[in-house]
Amino acid sequence: IYLLKMNKYNTHTHTHIYMIYDYISNSASFCLPNHSTTVRRPFPLSHGTTTLGFIFQGGVIAAADTRASAGGLVACPAVHKITPIHSHLVVTSSGSGADCMLWERILTREIRLYQLRHRRRLSIRGTAKLLSFMLHPFKGTEVCVALTLCGWDKESGPKLIYVCSDGARLQGDIFSVGSGSPYAYGVLDGGLKWSLSKDEAISLAREAVFRATHRDAYSGNNVDLFHITAQGWSQRKREDLKEEYYRDMEKRSKDRRGKIKRE
Amino acid sequence: MEYLIGIQGQDFVLVAADNVAASSIIQMKHDYDKMFKLSEKILLLCVGEAGDTVQFAEYIQKNVQLYKMRNGYELSPAAAANFTRKNLADYLRSRTPYHVNLLLAGYDDSDGPGLYYMDYLSSLAKAPFAAHGYGAFLTLSILDRYYRPDLTRDEAMDLLKKCIEEVSSASISRRFHLHYLHLFNLFHL
Repeated sequence: IYLLKMNKYNTHTHTHIYMIYDYISNSASFCLPNHSTTVRRPFPLSHGTTTLGFIFQGGVIAAADTRASAGGLVACPAVHKITPIHSHLVVTSSGSGADCMLWERILTREIRLYQLRHRRRLSIRGTAKLLSFMLHPFKGTEVCVALTLCGWDKESGPKLIYVCSDGARLQGDIFSVGSGSPYAYGVLDGGLKWSLSKDEAISLAREAVFRATHRDAYSGNNVDLFHITAQGWSQRKREDLKEEYYRDMEKRSKDRRGKIKRE
Repeated sequence: MEYLIGIQGQDFVLVAADNVAASSIIQMKHDYDKMFKLSEKILLLCVGEAGDTVQFAEYIQKNVQLYKMRNGYELSPAAAANFTRKNLADYLRSRTPYHVNLLLAGYDDSDGPGLYYMDYLSSLAKAPFAAHGYGAFLTLSILDRYYRPDLTRDEAMDLLKKCIEEVSSASISRRFHLHYLHLFNLFHL
């Protein structure tokens, strides 16, 4: 009986994977994923982050901090961790900054090619599956990407799918990824309801990222907020969390003063 | 830790899996389904390493469906179990082994119900009851004590509930999702 022999090169993206191998073999300091020689890293890679996404009655909110850390150094305080793929899909990235940038570009290219070839847009679930299958050959190597696809499907509405280089692919209503994610979950799980208004949802997302950056050393600087609806994504102006911190301090001292007056 | 359990009766197989998809200390999903329907009468439950589970289980699922399309009739549970084991074994000594633990539950029209236990080293055993995960240490003794081959559906459900209570109380609380395979029908509870 001839059944499908699973061969990791037997996917429709095999040409693209060969392209990556060719590119890597031309650049001196990398090594091919399946060869045994390891190359020592010249510096610690950027990993720490706080990103989150959730679905509510008004669509999908995606939020992330903007700090790229390399070990104990803030390599860049103003990184874009949320990238639009097309008009109705954004992806939040966490893990290794370089890997995320590369895979976001690859995903954007593949989605656009699909759209040109098949004259329709690939669904969010299909996008997640495509990304997961493209990342599969690199499982077990140092590739570290944890992306959350936040988008709106014309047929099935808002979607939030978490894809990571380990191979996990999870669809859900609320995800937070990164070193600051436990802190963000703490705020989100308590305050999230389906019936939130748009402003309440945005302030909840901002608060969650703020609390995570307050506690996590590897997250900080600013917060990016995206809101995705049936009409597409819209980006809010980047906000400095330092201002949020001062507002929070002000509120706390006012509360304390109010409490002392009452006592 | 993920938990799978299966109990075979006279004309049914009762399987259950926990509902949590965790990533180190965070529970990312509370309603994650670990069951893969291979055909109307065969169920595959799959736990293990993050990407391997879905990749391997979907591969098996699509191949079982392909067999039906090509030949016009479905694979029997025994054949599906052996096919799964062969694939696990083939990948075991490759550079990309699949770290998955499986339970395959099926109903064969001529042989009756069957529960197959498979682990990541591709061992295969047809068993009257089986469990995977840390919960297995807690519940296999319960199953040894109370299992009888002539269990009715209700008795098997009670036995399953005993096992789930034990796992819930003795470990971090888990939510459970029950699938019940009986004759030709697949009931979700």
